[in-house]
Amino acid sequence: MSRTRLVAWAFIVPILLLHFIVKISPSVSAVYYSMTEWSGIGPAEFIGLENFRHLLFEDRYFWQAFFHNWLWLAFTTFTFALALLGATLMAFISKASLTFRTLLFLPYILPSVVVAGIWRNLLNPDLGIGAQLASVGIPGLDVAFLGIPETSLAAVFFIDNWRWWVFIMLLLLAALQNISVELYESARVDGASAWQEFWHISLPGIRPTLMFLILMTSIWTFMVFDYVWLLTRGGPAGSSEVLNTLVMKHAFIRFDAGYATSIGLVLSLISSVFIVVFVVLRRRGWEI
Amino acid sequence: MNRALRGRAFVSYAVLSLLLAFALYPILVLLFNSVKTAADMALNPLGLPRSINVGNFVEAWRRGNFSRTVPNTLLLVVGSVGGILVLGGPAAYSMSKLDLPKSAVNALIVYLLVLQSLPIQLFLVPLFSFWLRLGLVNSFLGVSLIYVALGSPFSIFLMRSYFLQIPDDFRDAARVEGAGELGIFWRIMVPLTWPAFLTVALVNSMNVWNEFLIATVFLTKTEKFTVVTSYQAFTVRFGRDWTLTSAASVMMIFPIVVLFLALQRRFVQGLTQGGLKS
Repeated sequence: MSRTRLVAWAFIVPILLLHFIVKISPSVSAVYYSMTEWSGIGPAEFIGLENFRHLLFEDRYFWQAFFHNWLWLAFTTFTFALALLGATLMAFISKASLTFRTLLFLPYILPSVVVAGIWRNLLNPDLGIGAQLASVGIPGLDVAFLGIPETSLAAVFFIDNWRWWVFIMLLLLAALQNISVELYESARVDGASAWQEFWHISLPGIRPTLMFLILMTSIWTFMVFDYVWLLTRGGPAGSSEVLNTLVMKHAFIRFDAGYATSIGLVLSLISSVFIVVFVVLRRRGWEI
Repeated sequence: MNRALRGRAFVSYAVLSLLLAFALYPILVLLFNSVKTAADMALNPLGLPRSINVGNFVEAWRRGNFSRTVPNTLLLVVGSVGGILVLGGPAAYSMSKLDLPKSAVNALIVYLLVLQSLPIQLFLVPLFSFWLRLGLVNSFLGVSLIYVALGSPFSIFLMRSYFLQIPDDFRDAARVEGAGELGIFWRIMVPLTWPAFLTVALVNSMNVWNEFLIATVFLTKTEKFTVVTSYQAFTVRFGRDWTLTSAASVMMIFPIVVLFLALQRRFVQGLTQGGLKS
């Protein structure tokens, strides 16, 4: 190997080594640990595929959490609707759009613990928004949305989405701004309505970005953790449990780390399926 | 501008203002509550404060143990961001300018992408037990190393996109004068691409300052708590005391919000482009 090539590799090797230690080798050993009975410290006892058998055929809580992740993904339709609306409107205004963009983005930079704290208070049934509305004669919202099984997952999603949608919006806005202005101008000459412009110019123009964001959102949906953990810990009665909170409970509360790792492995398989589907569709010539 | 377009702009402003209210009202309530007295809070939990009580901040600073957690968190920020720049910067440079075969660069890009989409929960438990054996649990070095590993893939992509725009002439001229590659990197490339480094530093500082999961799992001793994990312990203990928790929140978000407002273009660019358009 030439000297210059050696130098080139020397620039990269340190960070690769760190990735190997922190991510790769624990991920590989996770495959082994998922086939063991292991407390997380000390020796692990090999039990073959027992964890996966239990997971798939006996663990009602796993399937419940799995279902909740899919439900969360369905909820993100709302995120995309809001983001599309925001981005389209932002594209209409030119002067103040930077101010809007900056201020709308503020929730996104806040730490999850603070966002969770703010909304826990705002959704408090005795002192929060619902209580205030009830006191001025608009009843029905003074409900502990986070504390009852029927609404807990949706409430956590709503809070996560409060900071999240604007991120999707900004990426869609960037894509919208890349569409040639002439397309809009000629549409306007032809007397197209706002809706026709959106449907025939904007939407096709941002389709690649949109599809990519849907892929990323699908993957991120299965990684959801912070807000569920901070707001409900998956409760009440498992009504907002997702796969990641289940992993945490098995790993660090029940000390059933082997089992936790097997759930983690299933999670990674799910995200790889999303990626594979995306890549295959793209190879097949779908314009996504 | 014709009437239809003006109407459209009007509707846009109206709807966007509603969305803005949705985004800002919760933050404003937080701000209001942080200066209310307990009595004011009980009567008026969502409105403007009737008097300004700065004592909440003093009390929250003390009970939230901020004089300990702020230096802890800053240490993590400096360690992680430093690590990402010092280890990731040269890697990004090598992947854009140095003598690597094209196939190796493509393989590295795919590798970094895979690395970025690896869920933390896959390797969290084995990593924890590994770190425990190495004595890196409850260690700022141990946690910084994790943050460097987590933050570097997207940072490398972002820095690489800047290096790619620098013409090779600069490097060739320096090489003629006998400078080594490391010298060229630090003395010529970094000064030319400092906006990329600043963006990477900003985004990663914010991520580390805000980070919850790793900090909770790997820093369990009270004296090692970060601002975030300490706040979490604090809200569990004083959760009913909204004035105190709000004051603590405001102190916690203050540095990020100020940095963001001062350098928002860079932030938005880093957060929206670095992670995705690689």
